[in-house]
Amino acid sequence: MSKNRVAAAEGWFTMDADEPRLLGTRGIDSGSYFFPPSMATSANPAHPFEEREPVELSRRGRVWSLATNHYQPPEPYMSPEPFEPYTVLAVELEEEKMVILGQLADGVAPETVKVGDPVELVLGTLYEDDDNEYLVWKWQPATGGKG
Amino acid sequence: MSRDVAVLGVGMHPWGKWGRNFVEYGKVAARDALADAGLQWSDIQFVAGADTMRNGYPGYVAGATFAQALGFIGNQAASCYGACASGAQAIDLARAQILSGKCEVALVIGADTTPKGFLAPNKGERGDDPDWLRFRLLGATNPTYFAFYARRRMDLYGATSADFARVKVKNSRHGLENPRARYRKEVTEEEVLSSPLVSEPLHLLEICATSDGGAAMVLTSMDYARRMTTDPVRVAGVATITPTYPNTVIEMPNFSTDSAHGVPLPGRSFRDSIAAAAYEDAGIGPDEVDTAEVYDLSTALELDWYENLGLCAPGEAERLLNDGDTTLGGRVPVNPSGGLACFGEAVPAQAIAQVCELTWQLRGQADGRQVEGARVGVSANQGLFGHGSSVVVRI
Repeated sequence: MSKNRVAAAEGWFTMDADEPRLLGTRGIDSGSYFFPPSMATSANPAHPFEEREPVELSRRGRVWSLATNHYQPPEPYMSPEPFEPYTVLAVELEEEKMVILGQLADGVAPETVKVGDPVELVLGTLYEDDDNEYLVWKWQPATGGKG
Repeated sequence: MSRDVAVLGVGMHPWGKWGRNFVEYGKVAARDALADAGLQWSDIQFVAGADTMRNGYPGYVAGATFAQALGFIGNQAASCYGACASGAQAIDLARAQILSGKCEVALVIGADTTPKGFLAPNKGERGDDPDWLRFRLLGATNPTYFAFYARRRMDLYGATSADFARVKVKNSRHGLENPRARYRKEVTEEEVLSSPLVSEPLHLLEICATSDGGAAMVLTSMDYARRMTTDPVRVAGVATITPTYPNTVIEMPNFSTDSAHGVPLPGRSFRDSIAAAAYEDAGIGPDEVDTAEVYDLSTALELDWYENLGLCAPGEAERLLNDGDTTLGGRVPVNPSGGLACFGEAVPAQAIAQVCELTWQLRGQADGRQVEGARVGVSANQGLFGHGSSVVVRI
């Protein structure tokens, strides 16, 4: 029996298997974008108390930087056993003019990724338990199509 | 009106992995700072404690904890936390108390006992805490962010791993004679580059360890200091500023930067603005700086600081390093103490320790690592969640 596919962070991204999107918010007055949506993080100081509307963020961006981790991080990271190195990308979205982090998609060799490369959002497995597969957003080299 | 306060005494417990209660380290540092100032605990009117988050409740109320450990005498106390910037905030609190006339003599203390390995978020399921979530969802450890900045230097400025390694080589030499440093061993470029990759492109020997340690300072009004000594080191400027929106550099522990959509960028990046604010407070410019203690959480980050402090233009830090300008004997030695490379990080003590070192440098008491003729020093660091920290001292 296949496991349930569950978002590891509820409401942070759409569960569209083909073209997932990160879910952010946009200030009604400022037009500024924010991510993640569910937390009291940043604000545009010209409109600190503005209403915000939910918005799907661009699926594509360019690599701002990247880091490949060769050591197992501490909890609460759910590390596969045995530990495998993994890469975290910082990706700049052109329209939103913001950088958003995310792991590099499974199976992509980090040596093939350079700063400035176009990438796009996909879903990938963060960890699994007996019943569920917990999914998170990841970045992979862009395959074409619209952003 | 001068906004200077005097650094009458400084003291540190040696950095290491001692495994004792953090209060003990703070007490040793306070004892040495008081002795250095020629004062007694009973002379202290205000205690500013820099908090630690890893040692239970006493760490959250560090001011009162240290006051109790020294014996309660009914003086005023305050505790503050700004992650790595906690120490600078405690200095700023004490300075404000003195400048407002509320007290003449203050004691600033920070100390920490740290676990082995990566700094990790607090325990428990905390799905609304970005510091917890960045580990859970991304495995974005602290070195991950350091590696982002390092990779940017390589991409933008052509920096190499060898450049980064030479920062460690320099700092390891600087710290050799420092009796309070934890690591006092010279390392070679080859040793750095052959140590295991932690967060690529950074190697194990390029990322600072976590340490136990304690640092303390006695700050007084200038009038008070002149009754005790002739030419005290002075705190001339302190910055504990936050970023200006939109901050477009990804910062620990965030998932994203601010959005620069439809808004102008600030005149300075956050890290550029930290020292600039301290310079402005002190009424000096970067060309007057003789030596600097900066937060080399990683080798590459030290190079960023050269530019953030205005010691050189963006993209020129590697040249500054390779020309020997930031080595002892050079134009503006950076991290004469050996820096975090030789100390490891004891979070709430570190920003205070930076100013302790600058004080010894300006007094000419930095045996074996002295910056000759240093009269102006600057410290810089940055705490999680957007706390800048910079202190200018002069003599």
